[in-house]
Amino acid sequence: MTIGIVVFPGSNCDRDMAWALEGCLGLASRFLWHGDTDLAGVSAVVLPGGFSYGDYLRCGALARFAPLLKEVQQFAERGGPVLGICNGFQILTEMGLLPGALTRNRDLHFRCEPCELRVAPGNSQFLKGYAPQALVQFPIAHGEGCYQCDPDTYKALDQGGQIVLRYTKNPNGSQGDVAGLSNAQGNVLGLMPHPERACDPLLGGTDGRLLLQNLLS
Amino acid sequence: MPRLNMGLIFTMHSNAVDGSPSCEDLNTCLGRLPRFIARVQVQLRPSVLDPAGEATRAAASRLGVNGLQKLRIGKAVELELEAESAATARQQLSLLCDRLLANPVTENWSLELEELAP
Repeated sequence: MTIGIVVFPGSNCDRDMAWALEGCLGLASRFLWHGDTDLAGVSAVVLPGGFSYGDYLRCGALARFAPLLKEVQQFAERGGPVLGICNGFQILTEMGLLPGALTRNRDLHFRCEPCELRVAPGNSQFLKGYAPQALVQFPIAHGEGCYQCDPDTYKALDQGGQIVLRYTKNPNGSQGDVAGLSNAQGNVLGLMPHPERACDPLLGGTDGRLLLQNLLS
Repeated sequence: MPRLNMGLIFTMHSNAVDGSPSCEDLNTCLGRLPRFIARVQVQLRPSVLDPAGEATRAAASRLGVNGLQKLRIGKAVELELEAESAATARQQLSLLCDRLLANPVTENWSLELEELAP
């Protein structure tokens, strides 16, 4: 059981993720180059944070056309676990695996700080074991994390229990305090905060461990 | 919200009566595809927040330019392409705009297309 971490030109949380998985949790991982066309038999896929393709055009817009992402799309549609963090979340929305878009933070600042989130696990496989309404702390580090979608989409997400993580103090203007979204099936999760930075007590907390362990649940 | 596809198309026409290419159409005679120049305008949908536009509007008033009621920032993309016809060019560019240049969740686009003289 190996977790694949997709590496784009401009990814910068890929190694953090590998450290969290292997160093903190003892889970096997391997890097997958965006230009490859084979997922190498991994059991789960992580789209890590960073600035794929320099955020040119729009965040995640160019990454979506990487050859490997065709495989990721099919993997997700077959029910494979796919986790997108920060830039990975932006890529998931550009790919259409999650609805809506992440836009410039309301105050235009790049926000880099610990953030409290309220969990509503729904049927997300990544949030099994977190109590409903549990409060967790993951750091954020983004300039374009303001979630926006049309009112009908928002209503459907809300009523369908797909808004699985919300900020308790909205840092970026996200509609409905959205910090993380699940697809309806529960096998795809996109979130702006960084659970991989909340796995080692040295970094101030370990609330993210369970979420990453659930990659292989 | 309907898309604005305002296009100005200037097409070269063959003068041949029998349908065979006339040598007045230089591209055809030289075996070259017609060239087009296109200008794509990508704008945020009206319902989408534009904090950068708002900040710029605030700066405008500090510059002493008052009375700006609205300032929304978009993108302009200039392209040149070869295509068999204006219709083909338009079709290719529409695909490009829908799938890459604009994110239909937050943005609208418009296209101007013009054939370049050979």
